Amino acid sequence: MAYPKEYKYTKEHEWIQVQGSTGAVGITDHAQESLGDIVFVELPKVGAEVQAGKSFGTVESVKAVSELYAPVSGKVTAINEELNQSPETVNKDAHKAWMIKLALNNPKDLDALLSAEQYEAYIAEEK
Amino acid sequence: MSSSTTTGALRKTALNELHRRLGAKMVDFGGWDMPVEYPAGGGLMKEHLGVRTGVGIFDVSHMGDIHIRGPQALDAVQWISMNDASRLQEGQAHYSALLYPEGTFVDDVIVHKMGPNDYLLVINAGTREKDYEWVRKNVSRFRCHADDVGNYYTQIAIQGPKAEATLQKLTEVDLSQIKNYWFKHGTVCGLPNTLIARTGYTAEDGFEIYVPSDVPTSERVWTEVMAAGKEFGVLPCGLGARNTLRLEGKMALYGHEISDTINVWEAALDRFCKMEKTDFIGRAALDKAKAAGLSRVLAGLEAVDRGIPRDGYKVFDRAGSEVGYITSGSYAPFLKKSIALAYVPPSESEIDNEVFVQVRSEKVKCKVVPTPFYKRPKKT
Repeated sequence: MAYPKEYKYTKEHEWIQVQGSTGAVGITDHAQESLGDIVFVELPKVGAEVQAGKSFGTVESVKAVSELYAPVSGKVTAINEELNQSPETVNKDAHKAWMIKLALNNPKDLDALLSAEQYEAYIAEEK
Repeated sequence: MSSSTTTGALRKTALNELHRRLGAKMVDFGGWDMPVEYPAGGGLMKEHLGVRTGVGIFDVSHMGDIHIRGPQALDAVQWISMNDASRLQEGQAHYSALLYPEGTFVDDVIVHKMGPNDYLLVINAGTREKDYEWVRKNVSRFRCHADDVGNYYTQIAIQGPKAEATLQKLTEVDLSQIKNYWFKHGTVCGLPNTLIARTGYTAEDGFEIYVPSDVPTSERVWTEVMAAGKEFGVLPCGLGARNTLRLEGKMALYGHEISDTINVWEAALDRFCKMEKTDFIGRAALDKAKAAGLSRVLAGLEAVDRGIPRDGYKVFDRAGSEVGYITSGSYAPFLKKSIALAYVPPSESEIDNEVFVQVRSEKVKCKVVPTPFYKRPKKT
């Protein structure tokens, strides 16, 4: 599975797709594969503040609960309600299944993230 | 995303290499390196549904086996086991438990009557050594031997509506003549005198076979079962599906619904405890506990609000007081809802009563429902 070059990635397996001063956030294909079938996604409320590196929600498979970590700091402007009804959407196409949209507090936060190439190298090593 | 890794010197079954070749995700279960699911087949949900609708195959060799034989084997079993073994006929098995003097659980067990004064106890993986020591110590005053034979067997479970059709291809024994919780010995995959038991932990029809534990034999049998089940869509199934299947069927798991701090009445296992038989370890304490009344009982819950009640989560009443905890909870792949078993006060255990489970920062409303959550369709 190709990792979109225009996204940036965290070591905790989240991605962010930035458009201007907002970003869409989801989890990577590697993450959904490790998790297995996703049955529940817990997201923050619109308007909530999230901190880079801190948990903003959880994603659950049958067996496990996994924290979602914010790639950057910002304010939640939208959440993907479709994931409440159909959490399996994340398994089907993790890179399209955005979870939250953020208004970035500081675009410089992006500098700390990994490029697609760096992320691919990172997960290759993890194995 | 948080993640976890496990390493360390874990025990392995004879099928360990095979599971790894199949690309299984492996976990540490009670000190054993076991498959939790097989992504190549679609993973846990597919495995669970496969067992409910077709057939699945499980490696359960990590479980233990204690063989008790001798002139006083029955007396010995009657002393340590709460069910009435004198009611077993040759070729019959039943569910029971070994109890501490306090009436709490050493382990749950399937007792098989192999012959006159010849009993096989199949026990949990995580408690093998503890159980064997307990049995050895407590049968020492009877004229019998207790042998730990777990390492001699690879135990394979074949479970689901198509289990009989699958296994029938591999044996001359007429499986349709083996009733639920009965067993026979016969040739399976060319292996003579193999124990074939109509038992399992999935709430489906199925069999467990016990074959020699050398790697080549174990792998050959597994492969032949897979080939026999191919037309039914057979899937290798891991401990993940094993847990969700048994939970839907309200089957107890040691360390969760039963443990050394829970007694038989609390666990609602009355019907497997024959107080009227000859004396057994734990009987006196159970008498007392019954007279004193129960402070907690095991209840089945179904989530009403969004959220998944999981093992260890706290249970609150409508007034907001903490009243109990979840012993086992999960999303149920066949029922397509979140279910749980929980210890709650008897006053909270009425059907349709609402309780609240603490799921991280939320209180998720659940209602008490009848159990088992799932019962397999009756054979017509």
